Amino acid sequence: MLEIRNLHARIADTETEIIRGLNLTVKAGEVAAIMGPNGSGKSTLSYILAGREDYEVTEGDILFNGESILEMDVAERAASGIFLAFQYPVEIPGVATMQFLKVALNEQRKARGEDELSTPDFLRLVKSASADLQIDTAMLKRPVNVGFSGGEKKRAEILQMALLQPKLCVLDETDSGLDIDALKIVADGVNALRSPDRAMVVITHYQRLLEHIVPDTVHVLYKGQVVKSGGKDIALELEENGYADIIGAAA
Amino acid sequence: MNIQTKPPLTAGEQALSTHFDAVKQSLPGGDAALSQRSALFGALLSRGLPTRRVESWHYTDFRSLLRDVPQGAGLSQRAVEPLIAGATVLASGAQDGVVPAGVNVVDFQTRLSDGSLTLAARGDDDAVGHLNAAFAETGFAITIADGSKVETPIELQAVQDGGQAHLRHEVHVGANAGVTLVERHLNSGDAPALVSAVTNLKLEREANVTWVIVQGQGHADSHLGQINVSLGEDARLTLCIINAGGKLIRQEVHVVTAGEGADFKLRGVNLLGGDSHTDVTMTLGHDVPNTTSTEIIRNVVFDRARGVFQGQIRVAPQAQKTDARMASNTLLLSDDGEFSTKPELEIFADDVQCAHGATVADIAPVHLFYLMSRGIPEAVARRLLVQAFINEVVEDLDDETLTDALHGVIETWLEKHV
Ligand SMILES: Nc1ncnc2c1ncn2[C@@H]1O[C@H](COP(=O)(O)OP(=O)(O)O)[C@@H](O)[C@H]1O
Ligand SMILES: [Mg+2]
Repeated sequence: MLEIRNLHARIADTETEIIRGLNLTVKAGEVAAIMGPNGSGKSTLSYILAGREDYEVTEGDILFNGESILEMDVAERAASGIFLAFQYPVEIPGVATMQFLKVALNEQRKARGEDELSTPDFLRLVKSASADLQIDTAMLKRPVNVGFSGGEKKRAEILQMALLQPKLCVLDETDSGLDIDALKIVADGVNALRSPDRAMVVITHYQRLLEHIVPDTVHVLYKGQVVKSGGKDIALELEENGYADIIGAAA
Repeated sequence: MNIQTKPPLTAGEQALSTHFDAVKQSLPGGDAALSQRSALFGALLSRGLPTRRVESWHYTDFRSLLRDVPQGAGLSQRAVEPLIAGATVLASGAQDGVVPAGVNVVDFQTRLSDGSLTLAARGDDDAVGHLNAAFAETGFAITIADGSKVETPIELQAVQDGGQAHLRHEVHVGANAGVTLVERHLNSGDAPALVSAVTNLKLEREANVTWVIVQGQGHADSHLGQINVSLGEDARLTLCIINAGGKLIRQEVHVVTAGEGADFKLRGVNLLGGDSHTDVTMTLGHDVPNTTSTEIIRNVVFDRARGVFQGQIRVAPQAQKTDARMASNTLLLSDDGEFSTKPELEIFADDVQCAHGATVADIAPVHLFYLMSRGIPEAVARRLLVQAFINEVVEDLDDETLTDALHGVIETWLEKHV
């Protein structure tokens, strides 16, 4: 489903290379964990997948269902089924969350040639998805992420994911800032979306999240490259020994 | 010897003069009004249209900007659907809906002919008032009886088909009365127009008024608006101005608080695009103690548009405990656009709260990225963010039907520009 080939990317402004020859393949139905120390380029990779313009791909390619997405803009990638749950969800004053959700859902439907949802259908959808994530719908009347606690922001990201039903979910540090109860709710929300025709890339630098969202594969990112790939036992290894061994071996 | 030679008339001034000669005999009010008109028009021409050397026109060189002065009568004698469904529409030669109870409406022409109205300007340098008084042809004198809470909004509608249109309204709101009035300016096609509209509005004790000006002139039109307000004791006025059209716009707001406890709110949205020039100029006199005001202006600038907000607040020596707050915020979406804000606080009392602020910003790229990352196309995302920037002003109005209607005006404008 996702194939990243020898990807090199840099910060457009400063031309500093962050991703340095990264290879990664994630199949439909697979949950791939990406782990790595702070600053290794995990968030940068997630932004590049989403199409953020601050980064420039200088070499290599990203294929989604066999087709390069490099020429697609951010909205086109989202409409084609790529979803990024942000490490730091963005606050947007003045845009009501409900309106945002409705516009997003309907624009994606339009892009796929489907009819727009009626307001009652939309409300029903939001209500049930919110209940699953224990989100108080009063929160959705507020502007997007404004005044949300850290945990509420993360839950709101998963709510968006549940509503938009993407094909490729990229979750960037979804566990950060969550207490154990909130973590369970969020993990349940993510697990509910696991399906044979959906792939997930779960970025974290702790093993904690992976106890709740059990990955099929684990990839260690260091200095913009995948330096080690394997099964979920890698995560346990990292938990015990830290990154030093793997990084040392790769250097 | 010191002989002042008058500069020759500009093409605009010449065209105004030609138009005045052509129409003056047919304007309402008879000989008495005609002599007032001639004196006012003569005074305007001998001064010349204002240039940027006139302080209150510093950012709008009207004399050089007024190039197209179309001839011929412009008001279409029909009414279109009101902005707020169910409102009573008063238009030149047309009416839609019944005049609500407690409201008395007389034609401006009638009041002028029976001598109960005189044509006058605010002062020697009031170019808008001079021009409007010289040409004023239609309008309404409206009285709201003491204690009448008028539920049906009243729309003063001016649909023009190109050419000239000059309206003058006198509105008197009695003690404890309440009403919503919409002053709406529209063009029906592409023919250029010159429109002026002057309103004198007086609120008696504890009157509560929402006055909305929706200016939706065409891309070749010049529009001169002026509203002169006097607020009695504990009277409250919310004035909401939406500029969403026109080529050369000057909207003046002149307010005095005449009674203690009066409150004035100005809420402005300037949607500016193309090569337009839009100037909103306010003077506000806090003349008595214990009065309050807030002015919030949100400007969105596209293309090569230029905008101006001048806000002058005077606090008289006796006006202790005045609370006045003014903000002008601009979303500058084009490198070729421009918005100038000139706050002017003249405070002669010592126990007052006065503040003003001005900001200029662009759409934050991270906001755009976040919205687009959910599949919202760039143009739609930009519209959402522009609306977010101005929504607060409109939602402040506390009247859902009105808010929805104004959202509609804004949405329609944005769809054409983003
Ligand atoms: N827009 C940017 N401007 C400057 N530096 C950046 C930018 N984006 C990423 N970086 C740098 O790139 C490196 C990788 O960052 P990031 O992808 O956030 O790492 P991680 O998510 O793995 O902690 C860091 O050194 C970070 O400071
Ligand atoms: Mg990160």
